[in-house]
Parts: sequence; structure tokens; C-alpha cells
Amino acid sequence: MPLFKNADAARETAMLAFTIRRALQALGVLLAVGIIAFAMFRFAGDPVNQIVSIDTPAAEREEVRRSLGLDDPVPVQFGRYFLRAAQGNFGISYQFRQPVAQLLIDRMPATLELAFCATVFALTFGILMGVYSALRRDSLLSKLFQAVSLVGISLPTFLIGILLIYLFSVTLGLLPSYGRGDTVRLGWWTSGLFTLSGLKALIMPSITLGLFQMTLIMRLVRAEMLEVLRSDYIRFARARGLKTRAIHFGHALKNTLVPVITIAGLQLGAIIAFAIITETVFQWPGMGLLFVQAVQNVDIPIMAAYLLLVAAIFVTINLIVDILYTVVDPRLRSTLRQPV
Amino acid sequence: MPLDRGLRAFYGTRPEGEAAFLASKIAVSRNKSPASQSRGLPAENDRMLKRSLLLAATAAAFLSATALGAGAATVRYANQGDLKSLDPYTLNETTTNAHLGNVYEGLTSRGKDLAIGPGLAERWEMLEGGKRWMFYLRKGVKFHNGNDFTADDVLFSADRVRAQGSNFLTRVPKDAKFTKVDDYTVEVTLPTPNPIMHYQWDTWYIMDKEWAEQNNATAPTPASAQTPGHAALNTNGTGPFRIESHQPGVRTVFKANPTWWNDAKKEHNITEVIFTPIGNDATRVAALLSGEVDIIEPVPIQDIARINASPNARTLTGPEVRTIFLSFDQVRDELLSSNVKGKNPFKDKRVREAFYKAIDIETIKSRVMRNLATPSALMIAPEFFPLSKEFTRPKYDPDGAKKLLAEAGYPNGFEVGMNCPTDRYVNDGEICQAAVGMLARVGIKINPIFEPKAQYFAKVLKAGGYQTSFYLLGWTPGTGDPHNVLYDIMGCRDNPQSTRGESNLGGYCNKKLDELTDKILVEADASKRTGMIAEAFKIGNEDFGYIPLHQQALAWGVSKKFSIPQRADNEILFYWARKE
Amino acid sequence: MADARTTTLAAKPPGFLARALDSDVWASFTRSKLTMAAAAVTILFFAAALLAGLVSPQDPFNPAELELINSRLPPIWDAEGQRPFMLGTDDQGRDMLSAILYGLRISLLVGFMGVAFAATLGITLGLLAGYLGGVTDTLIMRIADVQLTFPAILIALLVDGVAKSVLGGHLDPATTLSVLVFSIGLSFWVQYARTVRGSVLVEKNKDYVAAARLIGLPAPVIMARHVLPNVLGPVLVIATINLALAIITEATLSFLGSGMPDTMPSLGTLIRIGNNYLFSGEWWIVAFPGIALALLVLAINLVGDWLRDALNPRLR
Repeated sequence: MPLFKNADAARETAMLAFTIRRALQALGVLLAVGIIAFAMFRFAGDPVNQIVSIDTPAAEREEVRRSLGLDDPVPVQFGRYFLRAAQGNFGISYQFRQPVAQLLIDRMPATLELAFCATVFALTFGILMGVYSALRRDSLLSKLFQAVSLVGISLPTFLIGILLIYLFSVTLGLLPSYGRGDTVRLGWWTSGLFTLSGLKALIMPSITLGLFQMTLIMRLVRAEMLEVLRSDYIRFARARGLKTRAIHFGHALKNTLVPVITIAGLQLGAIIAFAIITETVFQWPGMGLLFVQAVQNVDIPIMAAYLLLVAAIFVTINLIVDILYTVVDPRLRSTLRQPV
Repeated sequence: MPLDRGLRAFYGTRPEGEAAFLASKIAVSRNKSPASQSRGLPAENDRMLKRSLLLAATAAAFLSATALGAGAATVRYANQGDLKSLDPYTLNETTTNAHLGNVYEGLTSRGKDLAIGPGLAERWEMLEGGKRWMFYLRKGVKFHNGNDFTADDVLFSADRVRAQGSNFLTRVPKDAKFTKVDDYTVEVTLPTPNPIMHYQWDTWYIMDKEWAEQNNATAPTPASAQTPGHAALNTNGTGPFRIESHQPGVRTVFKANPTWWNDAKKEHNITEVIFTPIGNDATRVAALLSGEVDIIEPVPIQDIARINASPNARTLTGPEVRTIFLSFDQVRDELLSSNVKGKNPFKDKRVREAFYKAIDIETIKSRVMRNLATPSALMIAPEFFPLSKEFTRPKYDPDGAKKLLAEAGYPNGFEVGMNCPTDRYVNDGEICQAAVGMLARVGIKINPIFEPKAQYFAKVLKAGGYQTSFYLLGWTPGTGDPHNVLYDIMGCRDNPQSTRGESNLGGYCNKKLDELTDKILVEADASKRTGMIAEAFKIGNEDFGYIPLHQQALAWGVSKKFSIPQRADNEILFYWARKE
Repeated sequence: MADARTTTLAAKPPGFLARALDSDVWASFTRSKLTMAAAAVTILFFAAALLAGLVSPQDPFNPAELELINSRLPPIWDAEGQRPFMLGTDDQGRDMLSAILYGLRISLLVGFMGVAFAATLGITLGLLAGYLGGVTDTLIMRIADVQLTFPAILIALLVDGVAKSVLGGHLDPATTLSVLVFSIGLSFWVQYARTVRGSVLVEKNKDYVAAARLIGLPAPVIMARHVLPNVLGPVLVIATINLALAIITEATLSFLGSGMPDTMPSLGTLIRIGNNYLFSGEWWIVAFPGIALALLVLAINLVGDWLRDALNPRLR
């Protein structure tokens, strides 16, 4: 008994240590990204010209420069930025003259809804197509799915977007080529999910953004299904006389879904970041478009805040996954402690 | 091994580099026992089911709330640029000035043909050749908050527009003295005559003194303001519209002002204007064609035909008063970016003339501008100068250009860098590319430095040290008068104390032209003045200091249910608009 | 440990091409036919890019050869089409076919150089990390972690922005090329580093390495002799697939306006220009470069699939 208790305590300590170390590492990553983001963008253009008109005298320009703090030493500017960022203050956007945090919050629903719909699209079709092509490996439809998956991997996102716009907007005139359509306000959240035009506007961007993930999931589901179907565990089930249907969906698919959902979760960060391209093609009023516009207008506060935000999303998701795994399966701890 | 399989699914298929990272996560998940997985799954399904039920319910609840039809006289307007600050003294930019022109008014106004007319001042007198002015204010005018408009507001606005932080310092001369004669009469005195003092006053918007004082907004909001002041987010004008809500960069709602002094004679039938910035060209066009907006500006010229062919929209086009031109560094002894060392080829008039003759303006007009441009022989639009027609461009003559270059000592041409913005003027990047090709055929190798306007202006303007050897620029004289061009663009910039030639990026200089410019400012006799202006432009043309290209076309796209007069300064003003 | 090694060597999944599952002769046959077609297309594109100067009717990078009067001509089969502009012209009178051939050349150049740079960087860092271990290992792998926080496109946009500011705002085409290569290399090195490092870690503990150490062979020699040959296969597979990704990344950057300039267009630049004319009926400016890019990437991916199988006989 005492021995057992000790082991328990030791395990808890180890877990706590692991969690703390992971959290510290995450913070370190965020700090590094913060330094890189700020240092890079501090020099990426002259914001003064963005806010004065062409015939503004030089003295006035100098005054603007000074009041923006752009002539302070760089470490001072960085320190100031970081201190404020820690308080949730990312400064005022040069273009919009609004707090950056507010701008990001305003555009966050658009990006998150797009990312959500893209993920749902990728999961639904990825799983369906994966299962089908694993069970009916040689059917014509399976081959078609494989072809679609190859296209999903080979075509650049922006080209898929342009193609969809050409087909469904220019030629057929069925779907809107840009924007979110009508949105509904739910507190601070704006949603396009409850209006017809909002839903129509979601279709093409979601497909564009989700196609790659769908391909990934389809390939994964198919590979995993084939693997599981060959495993002893399924053979045993078959030997026990379970129905094929029950075996396929009750056991094989179930075993496949955990890695699939893990991937979908981990990919959420990538989807949000990749929305930059999709949002540019479809002029989707989200954070990615805000970022691209900020790059074009040398809007330093927005760029820096966006980078930090993306880093934070990635780091958080990874941290959660790491910790969840340790909680779920203690055997993994030793694995996780190794540098991956 | 299954581990191997799962990993391979991700290796090398990600456009990003995190494949290995993902693979490690999968490897971990694969190690889990089937038992733990089957426990997790039904819960997951359950949660998803609940979520979708919730979604469906919420959707039903909100579907009814969304059928908000637009009112009959609601106008939806999309511009490529956004409305940055509502403070009328923050940013001197055409789009901003136009927006605020619906809300605020100046002492003068400009009509549909840009003619100066009475505004908040019913009439005025110019005395002593422009040294003393009397302004007689309109009575019974109220600001949107109900305050009366009086001489105090004019005096207050004159101080505020010239205070630190204003971007409109040149609107009102620094040394002009404003005196209140009575509540509705203001006297302005100047140390030297300035007969065109009021030419830009249509965009010097009058603000309410009392309102500004109450809201701590007596100082203009500088463009650099870290925290936007009250006047940057709210308005209180005298104009036909007031701003009901304003989300910068997203949406601004204007409502008709029923207490406007001219409401009885108003021409518009608009009750509401909803403004949204849409930066992307194709998107803006799509919005018009789908009927989501009633008016867009600008229309990309390649889409004009398509809009005109559509059943529910049309384009309004006309010449804009902005002149697009090319010019050269004529100051430095050696160009910043050229293979000619030790001398500046552009100091040789023959080289400048050769460049002029190498440009085939008619082809640029027909192919690049799709005929929506008026080739120009002058640095000013014909609307602002009655004698424009008497000037003609030298003929397109590539052989003559080659000959001139050979005479100047460059029989094989030379290399030079060219600065060009790519998102400022209509097809600016395309015009520059076309010029590169045309110049290549006379032996000039252009190294293109084509950039977004942010980077472009940072280099070529005074603040950037005029870092350019050859450039494209566009200019609209804010006063609507040639003096502005002769002074700001074509004037010598050799005196650092003076503001003359501040936007003369290439430093073209001819003292004879400057002398004329100074006389033009104070000349009261209109026909004499016109003659002097013609003489000044002739000097400029003979020097080949500039290559004027064209006045670009205005292109607005409007719904067929909507009508609005198109003013040549590209200001969209809704007090003349009508919607069925 | 043997597993760990295959882990790090792992390449793409047994996609529909890769699942050359023993029994299925017919499928295998189809697969090889497709691979052959893909290889042919790849070679055709490579050859076209190499010979662009000889076969194109026009040098699209030479402004003196562009006649504005020939701008926006439709393809030759259209009534308004004109010789010699087979696939039509763009807004500057640039022959689309020539522009595509020259654009291919840039895409492939950037792709190859970016991949070479990424592989060199990744292999070096991977060897260092695996061999030296300790602080070096931690540092390199932490940098890799931070790097993974961002998708390649974000990193590339950053590199572009920094290069612009450091080099004074505007980049001439040659510098733009180097920046593209650099940003792509910087985005893709992690895969190589991880693969190589894993392999080094495996080999490091093997008996023969201990034996070699005993007889006094210096460790770098051991690594070079025993580790590098083992990783070359997977590195080649990663490189092939990365070539397709590098080409996509370059095209995306050019499409977003951070790549090749309009006067020296790559495929991505051509698509960006053409996209402005999508609604105005001048479809050929965007369509042909788009098709060329898609075909190129598809063909390289198929060849990569085949290469992976060929180099990993264990998968069969």
C-alpha cells in the first residue's frame, strides 16, 4: 500500500511538472514570437505617410512621427508595446484609428465562422469519402474521390477560389463572389449562419479553405480504416459473428475517429492562419483580410497583434492536446517529455 | 506498424512545416487503447447532436428578425477608400472631404459644375484688391444639435483649422485676421492681397464653437491621435445629413437632416445613406451588380462595359480634374538610379523632349485607359483653364526621340529607375508599364520601382528626400485654380524657407515662371490673369519639365434606380441624389 | 527503436497511388500509367522552361518587344485572335504562351533553389542537433517549434517585408528571386532537420557506431558514412514533394503581391493580373497560367508519390 501511494504521488508530481514545463515553454514561444513580430514590423514601412496627405509639410510629418513614438529607440518601442499588450492593449490602428483589440474582436466572428464551417465541411466529407473509399476500394466513386483528393493537395488555395468564383459567380451567377452577406448580431458576435445570403456566402469560402483538410482527413480515415479492418481485433469481432455493418461502423470507424478529431483540432489553428488567402480571394471581412490590408498599409499595431494572436492560438491548442494526452494515458508521459 | 501508416498520412503533404509535429500527435493518439476510444466517442456524438439542435433552434428564432427590408430612400454606397476620421480638419483627402461635405458646410460652396457659390455665407465682398474681405452670414441656420450658427462659430473654426494638428493649414492664410462685426458679419484682413483666398473654402467646414467646447474638442484631432477625440467620432454640422453611427473601416450611416436651412428647396429624396468601404475592385463591382449597393466609386475601367450591359446598373463617366503626368529629377548632378555617371541626363532639355516624344499617349488612352482619359498638353485640367484648347502636345515621334537622344550624346540610350505607385490612380501601374515599353523602343531601359502608394510616397515626397529620378504623379489643384499647380508643382524649390515647389518632386525650376506665378496670385483682372497663366504654362511646356499625360476619367457605378450629378473633382455628394 | 526510425523516415501516405497493394495488378498498372504520364508532363514542363528562350515567340520580359496595341487579344481560335499570339495576350500586349513559359522558368527556379536551400539548412541543423545533443539540440528544436507556429505563407510574407525594409523599400527582380528562395527555404527546413536528427539519434546508439568509436573513428566520419546514406532516400522524397509546395508558395506570394513584379511575371503574378479581368470577360489572362500551374504541381506530386513508393519497398 505505501509503495502504491508513493507511486501515485510521484506520478502526480511528474504530471504537474510536465504541465508547468509545457506552459512555460508555451510562454517562451509567445515571447519569442512577440520579439520577432515586433522587430520585423517595426521596420517594414513608414506609417507616417499613411496618415498625412501628400501636401503635408515636412515639419508636420516630423510632428506626427514624434507623437507616434516612432523616433524612440527600438528597445523602448518594443518594451512599450509589450507592456501594453500584456494589458490587452495592442495600440491604435494607424488606418482605422481604433483600438486594435477592438478591430480584431470585430472581425473574429467572421474568421471563426469560416474556420468552423470549413472544418465541418472537411470532417463531414473527409470522413464519408474516406470510409467509402476504404470499404469500396475499387469502385469508380472511390477513384473519383482519390482524384478529388489529389486536386485538393495539388491546387493552390487561391486558384481553387478563383475557379469556384468563375464557375458559380461569373458563369452561373448562383453564389456571391465576395463578403459575408447579411449578418445577424448576437451580442458582440455577428453571424452569417442565420440568413440565406449569409449561408450562401459561406459556401465557396468554406470549400476553398476546407478542401485541403478534407483531403487530409479522407486519406487518414481511409488508411486507418484499412489498417483497423486488418487488425486482430476486427478479425476477432468477425469471428464472433458480428454483422459487417456493426463491425465497420461500430468498431472500425470508431477507432479511426480519435486521430481524425485530433487532427481536426490541431488543424484549426492552421485553418485560421490559412484563412489569410481565402479571405483575400473572397474579400471575407475577417482577421486574415485585416492582416493582409495591414501589411499593405504598414499598419504595425495590427500586424503585430495578429501574429501574436495566431501564435497564441497554435500554442494553446497544442498545450491542451499535450496535457489531455498525459491525463488520458499516463504511459505517454515519458514519450512527451522527449523533445518531439 | 500502424504508427508508421498514420505518420505517412501527413508527412510532406502539408504546405506548412508542421507535418512532423502533427505526425507526433497522431502517433500518440494511435497508441491509445481501443477501450478508451470507444468510451470517448458516444459522448462526442451526443455533444455534437445537442449543439446542432441548439443551432437549429437559434436559427429559427433569428430568421424572422433578419427580414429587415431597406427603406425606400436608403442609399447604399461603397467606396474603395474608407472614412478615416470624422473631424473635418484631420485629413485633407478627396474622399474624406466629400463624405464630410454631406454633413458640414463651408462659407462658400461649389455647384455641380464646381462654380463657387454662396454657402453659409450668403454673400461676400472683396475689398482693396483682396486685402480685406466682408462675409455676410446666412441667418436662421442651425447645427444638428440645435445651436444657432453665428459669426462666433466662423471665428472659432478659423482658429481651429489653423491650430496645430490640422491637416488644412493652407485653407486659411496663416496671417488672415478674423473680426466679428456683428453676429452675422465677419471681416477678414490680410497683410498682402490674396484674391483667391476663398477658393478652397468650400471644404473648410464650419464647426459649432459651443459644441466643441462642451465636448473638449476645441483642438483639431491630429492624424496621429492615439486616442480619437470626440470630434473624430461624432459630428455636429449644419449640412443636409447628419451621421447617425460610425464604425471606421466598416460602416457609416448618414440620416437626412430635416432641420437643414435649405430643406424646403432640397433636391434630394434620400432619407438614409449607408456607407461601406470595399477595397477590392472586383468585389465592389459585384456588389453593385447584385444590387447590394446603389453606388460605387471608382469602377475599374475594364468593368465599365460589363456594368453598362447589366440590367440594373450603369456607369457615370466623365473627365476628372486630376492630371496624371511624368517628370524627372532635374536637380541632382548625378541621378540616383542610372548607369549614366557623373552627369544628369535630364538636365539636358533634348533628353526630356525625347522622353516626351517617345510616349504614345493615344495608345495609352485606347488600350490602357479604354478611352476613358483625355490626353492633356497642360498640367491642369481644361475645367480650370479656359485657354487649354490652344495648347497641343508635341506629336508621338519615336524616331525623333532617338535622334534627340543621339544629339544629346546617348545614341544607345541609357538606364534609369522609375518610381510609380500601383494603387493610387486609375491604372497607374499599367500606365507606367506601358511607358516602360515605349521608352524601351527608343533605347531607354527603365528599371521599374513600382510600389504601393505607402512605400512610393515615403520615398518621392519631400519627407523622403525626393528620392526619385523619374516618376509618375497625379495632381488636382485644391483651389481649382492654375496658381496652385504653378506654385506647388512647377515652382522652384530652391528656397528652403518657402513652401513653393513643395510637391515639385523633380525640382524643375524656371525663375521666369515663378515671377509670373507671383503676379498671377494678385492679378485682379481676369483676362489679364488668364493671359499670364497661359504664358507661364508655355514656359513650362517649352522647357519640357513635365510630360503631362491625361486627365483620367471619373467612373462611378450607379444603380438604374439612382441618379446623382457627377462632379469633376470626384466628390460624391448626396444632396443632389435621387432614388426611386 | 526500429520503429522510431521509420517514423522519422516516413513520407507521404499510401494515397491512392501509393496503395500499390500486392494483389491488385490492374490498379498497379493504372498507377504506373498515370505516373508515366505525370513524369512525361513534368519533363515537358522542365524542358519548356529550359528552352523558353528558344521556343517562345516573344521575350515577355523585354518591354521593347511588347506592343501595347496588341494588348488583351483573345486566343487564336477566337474570331478576334491574332497570330502569333496562340493563347492571347495580357493587358500589356504580352504573349500569354511566352509569358507562361518564362513564368514556368521562374517558378521552377525558385522551387529548386528554395528546396535546395531548405534541404541544406535542414540537414545541417538536423545533423548538428542529433549529433551534438544537449543545448544545441534543444535550441535548434525549440527554434523549429517556434517556426512551426506559423504557416509558410506567413513566414514568407514576413521575410518579404523585412527584406523590403532592410533593402530600402523596393526590390529589383533579382533580389526578389533571392528573397523568395530564402523565405521558402526558411519555411521548409524543419522537416529535413527532424528526419535527419531522428536518424542520427537512432544510429548513434547502434553497436557498430560504438565499435567504430572504439577503433577511434571520429564521430563526424561515422555520421557522414552511416547516417547520411540512410537519410538520402527520405530527403529526396521530402524534396520532391516540397518542390511542389515551394512552387505553390511562390505562386501564392506572387498572387498576394509579395512576389515577382508585373514586369517579370511568374505564374502567380500572371494569375494575379488575370484575376482583375476575370469579370470583364478576358478569361484567358487568368485561365492559362492557372492551368499551367495546376498541371505542374499535380505532375510533380504524382512523381513524388511514385518516388516514395520506389524508395520504400517496405510499403508494398
